[in-house]
Amino acid sequence: MKVELRNLTKIFPSRNKKAGGEVIAVNDFTFTIPDGKLVGLLGPSGCGKSTTLYMISGLQKPSSGQIFFGEEDVTTLSPENRGVGLVFQNYALYPHMTVKQNILFPLQNLKGKDKMTKEEMLERAYEAAKLVQIDELMDRKPSELSGGQQQRVAIARALVKMPRVLLLDEPLSNLDARLRLQTREEIRRIQKETGITTVFVTHDQEEAMSISDMIVVMKLGVVQQVGAPQEVYDDPANLFVAKFLGTPPINVFKGRVAGGKLYLAENAVLDVPGVEDREVFVGIRPEGFNLDPEGPMVCDLKNVEVMGRDMSVVCEHPASVNPLVRAIINSDNKVDLSKAKVSYSLKPHKVFIFDAETENRIRF
Amino acid sequence: MVDSKHQWKAWLYLLPAIILLLIFTVWPIFNTVRMAFTVYWDAEAPAGFDEDGMQLCDENGNPLWGKYQGYTISKDLGNKKLADDDPAKVKFEFGLDNFIHVLTYDGFWTIMKNTVILCVLTVPLSTFLALLIAVCLNAIKPLQRVLQTIFFLPYVTNSIAIGMVFAAMFNIVGVNTTDVAASTSVGIVNTVLMVFGLDPINWINQGSTYWANIAVMVIYIVWNALPFKILILLGGLQSVNKQYYDAAKIDSTPKWRVFTRITVPLLSPMIAYVVITGFIGGFKEYTSIVGIFGEKMQPPGAAVGVPVLQTMVGYIYDNLGNAEGVASAAALLLFVLIFAVTLVNLGVSKKKTHY
Repeated sequence: MKVELRNLTKIFPSRNKKAGGEVIAVNDFTFTIPDGKLVGLLGPSGCGKSTTLYMISGLQKPSSGQIFFGEEDVTTLSPENRGVGLVFQNYALYPHMTVKQNILFPLQNLKGKDKMTKEEMLERAYEAAKLVQIDELMDRKPSELSGGQQQRVAIARALVKMPRVLLLDEPLSNLDARLRLQTREEIRRIQKETGITTVFVTHDQEEAMSISDMIVVMKLGVVQQVGAPQEVYDDPANLFVAKFLGTPPINVFKGRVAGGKLYLAENAVLDVPGVEDREVFVGIRPEGFNLDPEGPMVCDLKNVEVMGRDMSVVCEHPASVNPLVRAIINSDNKVDLSKAKVSYSLKPHKVFIFDAETENRIRF
Repeated sequence: MVDSKHQWKAWLYLLPAIILLLIFTVWPIFNTVRMAFTVYWDAEAPAGFDEDGMQLCDENGNPLWGKYQGYTISKDLGNKKLADDDPAKVKFEFGLDNFIHVLTYDGFWTIMKNTVILCVLTVPLSTFLALLIAVCLNAIKPLQRVLQTIFFLPYVTNSIAIGMVFAAMFNIVGVNTTDVAASTSVGIVNTVLMVFGLDPINWINQGSTYWANIAVMVIYIVWNALPFKILILLGGLQSVNKQYYDAAKIDSTPKWRVFTRITVPLLSPMIAYVVITGFIGGFKEYTSIVGIFGEKMQPPGAAVGVPVLQTMVGYIYDNLGNAEGVASAAALLLFVLIFAVTLVNLGVSKKKTHY
């Protein structure tokens, strides 16, 4: 099921009428989620990603704009009639029901031609439970399950009625690091197996990048960039997106373009043909540095952290916005810690320059 | 754990509360138990009269001597005059006589009947109504605070005062209470009944039926019990995670099913609480009846003897002053009864309650 958002806007009225100051949670969001894809809504807290999800679910009404499921306009349809499955951030499993009762619950609500017999319902419930591998736990109460198991029950409950769209709100935020890795693979697998169009919300860029077919990066209610994860990572539209994606985060410098060359603290570090002379922000991915004794970029060496396959070279640079500059270098290379300086040459495709005023990308 | 050197400080801070508790809680409880098991009699006092006003006599018709404080009992002392310092003259005894007296009291089954009828009618009714009102209150936004306050008013109003208002509402106003048939104007309840073309009912006046009396009591008790229950249930409702309702909405759950399958189970601890306290309140019913029917605890003009609407607490008050031992025994029996019913309640709710 294709999901289309057209000029979707959500404005929350201000609590204090005199003070004014309504909040625009989502601002003019237009986006089409292709059928059967897994899409991650990504952004810092307060960027409107959950609001967008809740508008798709119908639990919140958009202030303006439209939502289509396929060709059907569902904007004014109540959540009951949208046929979506929603996995809540803290799962919202009914605590007084067993796993089985939780999963059966949506099926027991079906009416008319969709009404099922008890056997059919049980069969469907066990099917969904098998899919998320909790069929052994059917008679437990949610309080007797681990966080990861509860999360899978929540997914099973959302899936059992075969929703047109599956929505997940920060599905991994309550899990520990190991379980998070495992569960995100699981979500990917389940989504692939069922082929249900899935939207999930997260503030964790790594999570979004690792399992999404597409990611939508949002900031303060405005969509910043949409695309395949690698595409967005390699080609950020603005400084915000560049900073938001990637671990360790991108290194940001204040720089200047003059005569087709990029200057960082009076040193020309890279040729940037075709860019007008101006003040810029420069983003360099940690993997964008090559150790090069003759390299144009000279930093004060602080520390080297070895991480096995790679090492992280920590240094200082006068033009850097952050106190430290971090470069990820293949650990085959050697860095002489006794020296005070380290020199790099830069990989041009890992260097992004942004207008100092608008912070928009300037391509070269 | 507090440093043992400074423990005396902790005790010092607790002292005022401990002293008050000892005086007003522990000592009365201890005293109640002591008095309930103590049979006290004065061998020279006449044994007195039984409940029918007959002098207590032995099988030969001779008046008996020996008046137990608490109640009169036939105990043959041989009508001997005792010296003032004779230890037999004033005697304390440990015994169960007070309890036997309560259990053999003519009105005991009246008390049980009234208690059971009132509990069985008022507890489910008030719980159900409170749940309904709490759910409705919780669902509305405007005026919620105002309505909450209005619903809470009975709780902060003196129950005797409410009782008098109820008595007026259910009264047959402006009529000589000895001649109901001559009534021309009636209380507001009967006025409303007459507006709908129904005959006025003699609710609480002379000649009123037991069930009319009970109906008034049920209405009064339910109305009086609502605020506390609404408060508890509304508090419970407001602490229920809204996401359960969102989840139910997403799953297209009909409203009634949301209520029965989600709201009620999630509220079950609070429901169990109001039911249990409701039963306890039902067993202790007294002021409500006095408020409407007065201290006689029955409609005016009813036969002398066991009051029609007698309750355990009423019986305890009746015996205070002249038979503390009996009052104490009755209080202990009431405690045992409430304890037993509460245990049963807890046992049932354990199976049905989700905590």
